[in-house]
Amino acid sequence: MSEAPPSTTPGTRELFLRFTQVAVSGFGGVGPWAQRMLVEERRWLSAEEFTDMMSLCQFLPGPNIVNVAVCVGARFHGVRGALAAFAGLMAAPFAIVLGLGVLYTQYGDLPEVASAFRGISAAAAGFIVAMGLKMAASRRLRSAMAVFAVITFISIALVRLPLGVFLLVAAPASVAVAFWRRK
Amino acid sequence: MNDAVLADLALDFSFLSLLAVGGVITVLPEMHRSVVEVHGWMSGAEFADLFALAQVSPGPNILVVSLIGWKVAGLPGAAVATAAVCVPSSVLAFAVSKIWQRFRDARWRLAIEDGLVPVTVGLMFAGGYLITLSADDSVMGFAVTAVTAAVVLTTRIHPLWLFGAAGLLGLAGWV
Repeated sequence: MSEAPPSTTPGTRELFLRFTQVAVSGFGGVGPWAQRMLVEERRWLSAEEFTDMMSLCQFLPGPNIVNVAVCVGARFHGVRGALAAFAGLMAAPFAIVLGLGVLYTQYGDLPEVASAFRGISAAAAGFIVAMGLKMAASRRLRSAMAVFAVITFISIALVRLPLGVFLLVAAPASVAVAFWRRK
Repeated sequence: MNDAVLADLALDFSFLSLLAVGGVITVLPEMHRSVVEVHGWMSGAEFADLFALAQVSPGPNILVVSLIGWKVAGLPGAAVATAAVCVPSSVLAFAVSKIWQRFRDARWRLAIEDGLVPVTVGLMFAGGYLITLSADDSVMGFAVTAVTAAVVLTTRIHPLWLFGAAGLLGLAGWV
């Protein structure tokens, strides 16, 4: 990286701008770009700090990358930093996606656009399937705990239970079994 | 009428914000249930299209929520839905990030992580399953989904190429 030497304590403006940059480069997932910016280019976090933060943000509810932005911003400038990083991450993509939305409503009814979208949405579904398969390779799943993945799939995808009700029962049950297994 | 819709969006998505363990894709089935089945705001195919639109756009996956809000109630809808899905979980992340490191090796912390991963994976598969059923109604559609998944898993190709190729296949009337 031949860029300017990394600043150890970025200002709020810097947080906003860097997260904007990360957000608009991130097609099909922003995580890898965030890692590159935070760890390699700016060195705001060590690789280990990033991994720790990522594992926390993945298991906390909510959009992972938004959580990362909030945690990074908070670390340097508390609430103001969190807001700056969050705004940087969301503002430009929000405008872009709504622009695409306008185009879609304007031209979505054209037969050409509609048929192109049949292909694109089929591919988009493929990305989610791939993401699930990638996560299924997790080391934490190579045990009897995998039963909870199967139960979850059946309850949500096939039985169509409301997620809130399901999680209220399944999450504590799964954590309790995991706790007992760690004895 | 519109205020009631905005209130529904705010309520539904702030609830989803706190349920989205492992990221926003895990609440895709619940979003589909709420938006298509409960409220009837759009068809399953429109839902799949909006999801695809968010995927081809740069930025976090969460943008599908902005599009849903926008489709249901215009710009105010987009702003309300996006804020609703981000704020509750962000506040939680803000609070927890301050204390989490202290419990690095605590047994309960490891158990929470062990316990939530399988649930997250199950939800991810449920999301993939439901969005595939919404998006595809032909053998070729399923084939495109399967090939995309395989290519994503085995290569490091830029996603836009895959979307472009799939769009062309669609345009040619093959999907």
